[in-house]
Amino acid sequence: MTAIESKATEAAVEKKTATHPSALSEFWFYFSRNKGAVIGLVIFLAILFVAIFAPFVAPHSPSIQNREMLLLPPVWHAGGSWGHILGTDAVGRDILSRLIYGARFSLFIGLVVVTLSVISGVLIGLVAGYFRGTVDTFIMRIMDIILAFPSLLLALVLVAVLGPGLLNAMIAISLVNQPHFVRLTRASVMTERTKDYVIGSQVAGAGTLRLMFKTILPNCLAPLIVQATLAFSAAILDAAALGFLGMGAQPPTPEWGTMLAEAREFIQRAWWVVTFPGLAILITVLAINLMGDGLRDALDPKLKRS
Amino acid sequence: MKKLTTLLAATALASMMGSAAWSKTLVYCSEGSPEGFDPGMYTAGTTFDASSRTVYSRLVEFKHGGTEIEPGLAESWEVSDDGTVYTFKLRPGVKFQTTEYFTPTRELTADDVIFSFERQYKEDNKWNKYVAGASWEYFAGMGFPELIKSIEKVDDLTVKFTLNRPEAPFLANLGMDFASIMSKEYADKLEADGKMELMNQQPLGTGPYTFVAYQPDAAIRYKANPDYYAGQQKIDDLVFAITTDAAVRAQKLKAGECHIMPYPNAADVEGLKADPNLTVMDQAGLNVAYLAYNTLVAPFDKPEVRKALNMAVNKQAIVDAVFQGAATVAKNPIPPTMWSYNDAVEDDKYDPEASKKMLADAGVSGLKMKIWAMPVSRPYMLNARRAAELMQADLAKVGVEVEIVSYEWAEYLKLSSDKARDGAVILGWTGDNGDPDNFMHTLLGCDAVGGNNRAQWCNQEFDDLMTKAKVTADVAERTKYYEEAQVIFKKEAPWNTLDHSLVVVPMSKKVSGFMMDPLGIHRFDGVDIAE
Amino acid sequence: MLRFIFGRLAVLIPTFIGVSIIAFSFIRLLPGDPVMLMSGERVMSPARHAELMNQLGLDRPLYIQYFDYLGGLLTGDFGSSIVTKRPVLEDFLQLFPATLELSLCAIIVAVCLGIPAGVLAAVKRGSWLDQTIMGAALVGYSMPIFWWGLLLIIFFSGYLGWTPVSGRISLMYFFPPVTGFMLIDSLLSGQSGAFKSAVTYLILPTVVLATIPLAVIARQTRSAMLEVLGEDYVRTARSKGLSPFRIVGVHALRNAMIPVITTIGLQVGVLLAGAILTETIFSWPGIGKWMVDSVFKRDYAVVQGGLMLIAGVIMLVNLLVDLTYGLVNPRIRH
Repeated sequence: MTAIESKATEAAVEKKTATHPSALSEFWFYFSRNKGAVIGLVIFLAILFVAIFAPFVAPHSPSIQNREMLLLPPVWHAGGSWGHILGTDAVGRDILSRLIYGARFSLFIGLVVVTLSVISGVLIGLVAGYFRGTVDTFIMRIMDIILAFPSLLLALVLVAVLGPGLLNAMIAISLVNQPHFVRLTRASVMTERTKDYVIGSQVAGAGTLRLMFKTILPNCLAPLIVQATLAFSAAILDAAALGFLGMGAQPPTPEWGTMLAEAREFIQRAWWVVTFPGLAILITVLAINLMGDGLRDALDPKLKRS
Repeated sequence: MKKLTTLLAATALASMMGSAAWSKTLVYCSEGSPEGFDPGMYTAGTTFDASSRTVYSRLVEFKHGGTEIEPGLAESWEVSDDGTVYTFKLRPGVKFQTTEYFTPTRELTADDVIFSFERQYKEDNKWNKYVAGASWEYFAGMGFPELIKSIEKVDDLTVKFTLNRPEAPFLANLGMDFASIMSKEYADKLEADGKMELMNQQPLGTGPYTFVAYQPDAAIRYKANPDYYAGQQKIDDLVFAITTDAAVRAQKLKAGECHIMPYPNAADVEGLKADPNLTVMDQAGLNVAYLAYNTLVAPFDKPEVRKALNMAVNKQAIVDAVFQGAATVAKNPIPPTMWSYNDAVEDDKYDPEASKKMLADAGVSGLKMKIWAMPVSRPYMLNARRAAELMQADLAKVGVEVEIVSYEWAEYLKLSSDKARDGAVILGWTGDNGDPDNFMHTLLGCDAVGGNNRAQWCNQEFDDLMTKAKVTADVAERTKYYEEAQVIFKKEAPWNTLDHSLVVVPMSKKVSGFMMDPLGIHRFDGVDIAE
Repeated sequence: MLRFIFGRLAVLIPTFIGVSIIAFSFIRLLPGDPVMLMSGERVMSPARHAELMNQLGLDRPLYIQYFDYLGGLLTGDFGSSIVTKRPVLEDFLQLFPATLELSLCAIIVAVCLGIPAGVLAAVKRGSWLDQTIMGAALVGYSMPIFWWGLLLIIFFSGYLGWTPVSGRISLMYFFPPVTGFMLIDSLLSGQSGAFKSAVTYLILPTVVLATIPLAVIARQTRSAMLEVLGEDYVRTARSKGLSPFRIVGVHALRNAMIPVITTIGLQVGVLLAGAILTETIFSWPGIGKWMVDSVFKRDYAVVQGGLMLIAGVIMLVNLLVDLTYGLVNPRIRH
């Protein structure tokens, strides 16, 4: 999951290492100076661990219904039990286990959405920024059109058309996310393209593809990585919102937003079924955003000064 | 200038309401916004509660809390011997409501009755298409365009319906919401003003409550109609507080923000029952959910195979899991609250062993079948997917492999009617008029094959009984036909009858006179509230 | 300047056409058709089906339907709901003030709290105050607001009983809408207590909707302030011995505001997306809830018209932000 993230970061870092031997340590120096970022990283790694090893970590199966223990409160509450630390839901499933398995879905959603929107966004942005002219105008108009709708509304309608479900929700969210990457890539490409080193390789006879991918792209990576982190957390939030509206993952999938939607009817009887899934979303998103801030500080030379 | 007049109107109304704020007010937390206020154009119960059952009345009415017919705007009626001519005597002196927007000058006459029906089928009637996309779904759905030959005025208080064929459920149909009687005088005025669309926004009828205002997605306000022919209601103001979320409705009821709520979450019912300030009423709904086999496709063309499959399914488990108990297992195609329900019929017993044996005897082994699960939640089946999963598990135990399929709702409805359909389909029905014909003939008649008859089941013996019952006016005789038909149905087993859901209405203890309605509507005539 | 305005408008037209094509396509991409949905379980005869398709104009070639639709849009006809048969534009205009009122209140709260918080954090940079404010801002920025709303309901409405559960004003008060803004209408109505009631109904939804813009504005203000505080003229002012508040109030804030104003403009889309969730949770009768309900009722005529209208509003606001920005900062025009 972060596999891709950290890989991307590593790739970026490696590129820099090639030219600049101290880049990796410099990156870590700035990143680790931001305490919040380090905390975020630690929490994120913990969630990642739990997600990967869910079957070993979770005390129960996420789908087994314990008919004798419906809506059992958490352990510190009167009537709670150590068997179900965070209590049970309306059909007697262990909430902690469902949250642990839910981490898999949320991280998976983030990964898929970021991958899809980064790949498509970067490709389209490269094309637009490199070729300019009609192609550029056309692409940017389409992006304007997508951006003219509130993203959640567009995703909601798209999912309604495609049919509710996790896969379609991910496709819809990627689609509404991708214009940000297009714009960012295009802007970076346009500034980089006029720089000496690009013109130099062009004069030296480098082909278009080589210029685009080997020469220009690596130098636009820093803002893209920061944006990807933001998109990762935004995707988790959007998918949860769709799940909450009944258009994302469908029950009985233990996706956090879907769990919240199912829990809504117990709002006055069992606060814990409502509270914990939301808390899980908040903690995950917060951790990623903390890391994002750290990444920005470490990668963005302009902000480094301040 | 226009702003100023609205402002003046606002203050005038406000002062009126200001004094009324302390009068007897009943607040009903309704489950959604009405589609409109002209009941002829719509099919949703939410719309009927807010329009036809409050503002309008009909020639005949359903008895409060029952499905029997009693006189309404028509004091009496006569049916010709061949059953094709119905002559209604109207109640004299019935006044239309007086509102802010219209003051009637005359009382109800035959013209109003004729207008109310003609607009629904005469294409040259100006009111036939008075709003974009107007269509008269129930009028068409009940077969009225082919049924009605003519509607004539005999004199001011006598109106004559001539039918193309005898039709016993006709009277019950006239008690339905689409048959509400509108004011022709009001219609003429709107037409003259060029504001015909207001008919659907500012309703005016002869019902127990007068429409005051609608705040979209928030509230509808009514006041008691002082001229109501059956006497003024005991409550002064009736407010529908539109609250789409069932949990929020329950919360408002507990907080005393409203007095009655429909459709609670199954999960909340227990908590509501425990509240000392509330009463919870329940009644079997006028509905049925079923699993219809395609009886045209082997091996489902054999009754013994269908019966064996029925016996493999634990229906009680479905009721428990999907409704948390708020439903009863069904054995007949009609619900138990309906007249002619045959309680002597015995359901196929849940018995996997016997089922296995029957399948083997019928020469069926290694059967693979599809079960269609609806993508939407309906009152008779809250979660078809979950029900299908339970059936899948049950059928696996008798060696039948089930694949669950689903389609988008519109697609589902269309494809499930197809005669060549592959698989058994979960669907259901909510009754319109409390007549058994509306269930058994509509859903299982031969002429509904390829349409509403999802089992594609055409049994001559059954169909003959339907036809006989339809043309017989005598209720006792009709009851006998329908009871017999239910026996044939059970023997042939074109469906696995799944459940009838329970309708639950929690309300404040202060409310009196509210009656559960088997038709699933919410009526507020006769309701009172203690101070 | 005129050229700048015309340039912006010229871009707007193809975008608008694109938006109309997208909104138009959705309803046609669906499997099945809207007419089938109208009758539900009750099967329609093929003849009746064809008649209704014809009536709704759905049996004509797509491009004709589209041009018809486009023609309708130009004359202000956004189609009629399949369910209620009411014109989409009429419903929109009736419900939009509710959303606007909520959004305006939210943005006012966000600006009034966000800018001072951001300034304070920047001036006291590195202090515990800065860390607390920025920590809170990051939490707000990461908040799943639909859950946040539920928590507030549980606590303030359920546990404490201070605020009502849902709606815009107590049912006790009733007056015809004049402006559509409940706060103003309740004052105009002259009914005692009406205004207070409207306020209590507004508080929780406003808090929920303001959360994310508030966090974004606070963060943006802080970094813009930091940038400005580092500039030479501020340092000069400081060396002249001007009081820190005077420096911030007179010099730094004004210059830091340009990026902040842009940020506020960009929050319109965020607000409308947030309104979808907020209105659903609080049963707030605005366009967000209207769209969600229509999606669930599969009323695609409303979804189509609503998408157009909402996109139109966003495009209009973006245009205004662009133009204001152009006025404030003449360099952009070229």
